[in-house]
Amino acid sequence: MSVNRGTFVERRDVNEDFQQVGRAPSEWAGADRVPERLVPTHCSFCGVQCAMHLRVADGQVIGVEPRDYPHNRGSLCPKGIVAYQQASHPDRLTHPLIRRGGKGGRLERATWDEALDYIVGRWQAIQAEHGRDAVAVYSGSSMTNEKCYLTGKFARVGLGTRHIDYNGRLCMSSAATAYARAFGIDRSPLPMTDIPLADCIFVAGSNVAECFPIVMQWIWQARDRGASLIVADPRETPIARTADLWLPVRPGTDVALLNVMLRQVIRDGLVDEAYLAARTTGWADVRAAVEEYTPELAERITGVPAERIVAAARLYGRAPTSLIMHARGIEHSTHGINNCLACINLALARGQVGKPGGGTMMITGQGNGQGGREVGQKANQLPGYRHIDVLEERQYIADVWGIPEPELPQEGAAATEMVKLMADGTIKSCLILCSNLMVSLPDNQTVARALDALDPLVVIDFFLSETAERADVVLPGTVWCEDEGTTTNLEGRIVKINRAAEPPGEARRDWQILSELARRMGRGQFFQYAGTRQIFDELRLASKGGVSDYYGVTWEKIDAQDGVFWPCPTEDHPGTPRLFEERFGHPDGRARMSPLRYEPPAEEPSEAYPFRLTTGRVVYHYLSGTQTRRLGFLNAQAPEPWVEIHPMMAERLGIRDHEIVRVRTPRGAMDLKAVVVPTIRPDTLFIPFHYGHLGAANQLTNPAVDPACKIPEYKACAAAVERLDGRPLDLGEGDRAARVNYTPQTDPKMFPYAVGETKTPASQEAKRF
Amino acid sequence: MAIKTLFVDPSRCIGCRACEAACRECDSHKGESMVMVDFVDRGWSVATQPTVCMHCVDPVAPCAQVCPVLAIQITPEGVVQQAEPSRCIGCRNCVFACPFGVPKFDVEARLMKKCNLCYDRTAQDLKPWCAQACPTQALWYGDYEEFANQRQGRAINLTDFGTQTVRTRVYQVVAAETPALDLAGLLREARAEAGQPERSRQEAWVL
Ligand code: SF4
Ligand code: SF4
Ligand code: SF4
Repeated sequence: MSVNRGTFVERRDVNEDFQQVGRAPSEWAGADRVPERLVPTHCSFCGVQCAMHLRVADGQVIGVEPRDYPHNRGSLCPKGIVAYQQASHPDRLTHPLIRRGGKGGRLERATWDEALDYIVGRWQAIQAEHGRDAVAVYSGSSMTNEKCYLTGKFARVGLGTRHIDYNGRLCMSSAATAYARAFGIDRSPLPMTDIPLADCIFVAGSNVAECFPIVMQWIWQARDRGASLIVADPRETPIARTADLWLPVRPGTDVALLNVMLRQVIRDGLVDEAYLAARTTGWADVRAAVEEYTPELAERITGVPAERIVAAARLYGRAPTSLIMHARGIEHSTHGINNCLACINLALARGQVGKPGGGTMMITGQGNGQGGREVGQKANQLPGYRHIDVLEERQYIADVWGIPEPELPQEGAAATEMVKLMADGTIKSCLILCSNLMVSLPDNQTVARALDALDPLVVIDFFLSETAERADVVLPGTVWCEDEGTTTNLEGRIVKINRAAEPPGEARRDWQILSELARRMGRGQFFQYAGTRQIFDELRLASKGGVSDYYGVTWEKIDAQDGVFWPCPTEDHPGTPRLFEERFGHPDGRARMSPLRYEPPAEEPSEAYPFRLTTGRVVYHYLSGTQTRRLGFLNAQAPEPWVEIHPMMAERLGIRDHEIVRVRTPRGAMDLKAVVVPTIRPDTLFIPFHYGHLGAANQLTNPAVDPACKIPEYKACAAAVERLDGRPLDLGEGDRAARVNYTPQTDPKMFPYAVGETKTPASQEAKRF
Repeated sequence: MAIKTLFVDPSRCIGCRACEAACRECDSHKGESMVMVDFVDRGWSVATQPTVCMHCVDPVAPCAQVCPVLAIQITPEGVVQQAEPSRCIGCRNCVFACPFGVPKFDVEARLMKKCNLCYDRTAQDLKPWCAQACPTQALWYGDYEEFANQRQGRAINLTDFGTQTVRTRVYQVVAAETPALDLAGLLREARAEAGQPERSRQEAWVL
């Protein structure tokens, strides 16, 4: 007998062994014969919402197959390909958890009854003592429209609290406000299939290649037709690498860049005066406002050579059809609204908006970031983009929900403001759904203190996220493929998510959890749903006549037409893929142009903090990484964060490639691997933000927010880098000084504002449509 | 007759590794990828490049030619398969013979593995998984005419190794010779107006 026999036997085909001893072949030979079915659905991750088929056998999701759909044409990015592995992931939460022994105790298994009784008991006690607003709801946007809608209703009707907001606040509330202000409708005006019609594509502050890889095929299709590509980004991202012109703009200085481009377009006589006269208001002011922005001034502010900016303006201005695509790079800013408005001004001046393939396009980040804000889980909005402080609109929703209008709460705090209210005890308990505040909110030390001040903190999620780890009660929910419903992708296309599996263990569908909580709060009569279709039908009614009108959308129609674009007011209406062809959403049908001034970021580099720190994504991870960091393939590609630093600066600081360094900002410090690459501005640092605990980039970022929309400034804060063996970390007073333009305490005004009062004149204006 | 094959255009590759993730989904080698994505030179650029088997046509599959036990089969359509498990003796001749450095030797399985152009799928007129998934169509599946009609760039299937030329079934795409856009002209124009010198020594950024 061979000495290798052990190895040999181990490797042998077991069925052959079995047959030799007279046993029937089994295991994999049998498993192969399990019939497989394909469930059509969409990816659970980014705003593109790629179509896919899930392969289901024996009630288990076992794989993925391509599915042709107008916007992704069967392609998927790596996240979409492995998304199915979440369903039967060993980390799934399968039963409720309660922290026994109060704060500091351990999360232990509990029954549903025990968990729900505890929550409801506490909530009732808190609300009796401190008023209804002492309980808040903070939800997510990677959920179906049905869930988002129900969450909004649950907060306002089930709990009767004014404090409901969602993590879309962190994502693109600035773009949403800008579009509402300029166009009267907050939606990307074009379907993705329009992108190839453009002759020049200007990507402003979006790492499209890594964040929305599928959009790349449309951009390349345009370029195959001869379109030119301009990219503005402080890093040479994979899309900037192949662009015709890369504008390496200093983080947070976008208004200056865009204003000077507009000025150049005016100088070159490329403005469409007839369009401006017929379709916009405010042009004269804008024209006057950009006059002072010379290329030389812009060069000083933005750090891009003047000649490049002029060339970009000409490339953009001379193209018959031009499209500006923008995303978090310009939106995550204390001037996020202005940045988006500057893009809009440029596009309007060229008469592009409303043209097939022309105008501006915002690229929604989260899976249902678009739908999430339309269906009423934003602090100031009711379903259908109705305003919570306009009486008729409140009345309409109160009627749909069957409650008296005065019972409907007023506007509450924005997500970024809630943290403050939790920390100071105004909010005593919070229900968090599908959101990971510990990773996603800026300045996470403060967030940790705020969450720990809550009693109880209740989290509904399907993995134990960094936030759920701090919860007092964790309720196990479902992943996307265990429920059905609709989502609205970045084009405004409503698509249908289908059910492929059952929730594991004792996990329950989120809408059932919410309905049950409402029942126990004594509000069950408002939450009588047999299924998500009923919720969708109620949502259709609630949005009827609103800006985002879903009334004519049915699940059948979505299947028949490969998605339906809102507004779709009646059942025989085909939907609206392209907006603004004839008129804008304001009552007079005209777009509003806004004169803009460049203002610096809230915090700027100083002697002690010489760099600008910017954060962003990598292609393998999605948002806070709760889901993707658990999937082997994705995690293997990018298991931990790093900091990108330019060789020139690395040399000056004596930092070698792959050395561990300390990055420090006024809020904290973290140790990371330095990746020395010339693909970033020398005055800028970059850290991907998908990681938790000590890897969270949001230990460092600035919680200052845009005054009107309350989006935080993730993309520009002052930072320092040092070697670990160098000067010891000293956070003494003198060292803490960064150049601060304003803080959340000084300006803008934070919650509470008086009932009915809007925050600033600017945001008041945003509502006038 | 126009045959369908892969076209590899590294200029479009964004390094997302969707192709790798997709290749692992295939039932014939579940969990392992036969396409590899590499950074070309991370010290200088974010450029990435996918490597797949080129399915050499002339000389026909050097990997198969050197295989002493004829473990590497070539289909009538010219698709070069991975080593047949019951034959492969693990000598790794194929690994050394391949001019493109493609075959992977799996020490555990004692077997040479490589891309087989998703034979199970392509035989049914489906696209290979990598090209199906690739979000930028840096990996693209179709025939030459279709490619030339739809896309910019020049598709070539001849590679010179010293004095020997290898013709492959798979095409590499290189940039078109004349760029469509005279960007240098545009920058010169802007410089001239600003009264600056003809050539700029400026970096992409100003500090
Ligand atoms: S993450 Fe986005 S781009 Fe990737 S597969 Fe999902 S929807 Fe498509
Ligand atoms: S590229 Fe290498 S592995 Fe592929 S056929 Fe040619 S020699 Fe064989
Ligand atoms: S899927 Fe396409 S773009 Fe992504 S790494 Fe592979 S070849 Fe490159």
